[in-house]
Amino acid sequence: MITVSNLSYAYQKGNPVLIDIHLNIDQRSTAIIGQNGAGKTTFVKLLKGLLKPFEGEVFIQNQQVKNRTAAELAKIIGLVFQNPNDQIFKNKVLDEVMFGPLNMGIDKQQATENAMEALEMVGLHDKLDMNPHDLSLSEKKLLCIASVVAMDTNIIILDEPTIAQDYQGKETIKKVIKTLKEKNKLVMTIIHDMDFVAENFERTIVFNEGKVILDGDTRFVFAQKDILKSAHVEAPEITKLGEKLGYRKTFLTIEEFIDYKNQERNL
Amino acid sequence: MKKIIVENLKYKYPLSEKLALNNVSFEIEQGEFIGVIGRNLSGKSTLCQAMVGLVPHFYKGAYGGKVIIDGLEVRNYSIADISLKVGIVFQNPFTQITGSKMTVYEEIAFGLENLGISRAEMINRIDFALNLLKIAPFKERSPFDLSGGQMQRMAIASIIAMKPEIIVLDEPTSQLDPEGSEEVFRAIQDLSKQGITVILAEHKMEKMAEFCNRILLLDDGKVVDFDVPEKVFSRDDLGEHGVNAPVYTRVCKALNKKKAGTNDYPVTLEEAVRVLGGMGL
Ligand SMILES: Nc1ncnc2c1ncn2[C@@H]1O[C@H](COP(=O)(O)OP(=O)(O)O)[C@@H](O)[C@H]1O
Ligand SMILES: Nc1ncnc2c1ncn2[C@@H]1O[C@H](COP(=O)(O)OP(=O)(O)O)[C@@H](O)[C@H]1O
Ligand SMILES: [Mg+2]
Ligand SMILES: [Mg+2]
Repeated sequence: MITVSNLSYAYQKGNPVLIDIHLNIDQRSTAIIGQNGAGKTTFVKLLKGLLKPFEGEVFIQNQQVKNRTAAELAKIIGLVFQNPNDQIFKNKVLDEVMFGPLNMGIDKQQATENAMEALEMVGLHDKLDMNPHDLSLSEKKLLCIASVVAMDTNIIILDEPTIAQDYQGKETIKKVIKTLKEKNKLVMTIIHDMDFVAENFERTIVFNEGKVILDGDTRFVFAQKDILKSAHVEAPEITKLGEKLGYRKTFLTIEEFIDYKNQERNL
Repeated sequence: MKKIIVENLKYKYPLSEKLALNNVSFEIEQGEFIGVIGRNLSGKSTLCQAMVGLVPHFYKGAYGGKVIIDGLEVRNYSIADISLKVGIVFQNPFTQITGSKMTVYEEIAFGLENLGISRAEMINRIDFALNLLKIAPFKERSPFDLSGGQMQRMAIASIIAMKPEIIVLDEPTSQLDPEGSEEVFRAIQDLSKQGITVILAEHKMEKMAEFCNRILLLDDGKVVDFDVPEKVFSRDDLGEHGVNAPVYTRVCKALNKKKAGTNDYPVTLEEAVRVLGGMGL
């Protein structure tokens, strides 16, 4: 769905932030991980056409991003910003979520329907008239997710959605991702919560100092202990436990581990 | 020595109908590292702000009961008086920035300017804090040009440089990568080992279990439990309070593996490894 070739970027000359990125992004749900400052946010802004490549190309559905207008891209790719205050600008929750669909030319009735469905998904459907700025940080993040979901794009990118979320908030985001996957949408997420990555994403891409240093099936990626270490990234807690106990298998979820233990006991 | 005493604290924000804190009581010894957990809106931030007097002096509202910080009853002292003893790192590092300083270095110096310490001591403390939080490379940058994670590090450094006897941190690692969170927890643990009393609110349960001496579990403004991590995280009703135990605890619970000679489940990786033992290699 997205092809990135030879992509480089710098905010200031001589200070490259992304260096020679080559990626083929397909339908698999994909996590992007890596240290603060590794270039993750910059990368997704380039995909969305918010920044122009210094060098190299980004193709989305076989069309070059740089030849497309922001309005055209908005119909294909949605991005939930890392900081909700960079995204929110209306003074009512419902208006905020309806803005995207209306702006894309969707009629009012359909826009309302999309907005309500998205707000229900994130559990904000009872706060339609509230001012977004009176919401807590975790609610603002959910609101921003709803705003992008309501636009019904084929590609949805979330930049650190689980910041400030409690257990319930993370469960809600899990459900949103699952629903989007079921609708055959490509979901990409920048995230530091490795347990969340292991549970929810088929593919994981590791950024380090502007380069992709590891990419593949999530289970494969979390088994590459040394490369992860060099990217200053840790495996999920359950993966670490299995490894410390000396198992060869790479565990991604608690359920997997427990099933394995129970089978072992029955042997 | 009791460093913090909270007695039947009740608090309601102005214009709000319900109590944000409802009959909260606990005592904290000097040098303890206390973790505050609970679902969102359970009262963690309000409690943090009650430790420094922002509740009630800044927010106003209805206040009952007592908070005594190192002998000072918060209700009777100004925020300025209390701030000499307690430093707070806010949930949103943006609120922490003065907005008047051109560089990270000056930003950290700001809090020290009114403490009446020598210039040499100031420089020492700033360098210590910059290095501890690993932000020395950014010291000449504008505070507003920092990423969220870097801003969080700066906010923590600003407070640490002031060397308060008590440090309150409200979700201080929410924007940090895993390595950064680990570093911050370690740095704060070092301070607590040197006798500084720490109160830290967070959702990262594995970290809380590993680093905190005791855990205060809040729900709906009330204290549900205040005990060592293995007791709090072994509770059967955590889900009802909107909290998930650390991964290690959940695994051991499902496999019914308790810590030897106790009724508690492991809460850290090391404990879990000990209990689950090696596989039959
Ligand atoms: N607007 C900007 N101007 C200058 N430098 C920037 C800007 N945004 C990000 N950077 C720098 O680019 C690098 C990568 O940043 P970013 O893509 O935000 O990383 P990540 O999302 O992985 O934390 C960092 O060194 C950061 O300081
Ligand atoms: N500035 C405020 N004004 C009014 N009510 C507030 C304010 N801050 C928090 N509250 C309310 O106080 C309660 C506790 O919130 P808070 O302390 O922020 O919880 P937490 O930090 O656990 O998410 C909630 O009901 C919240 O809506
Ligand atoms: Mg980022
Ligand atoms: Mg809070």
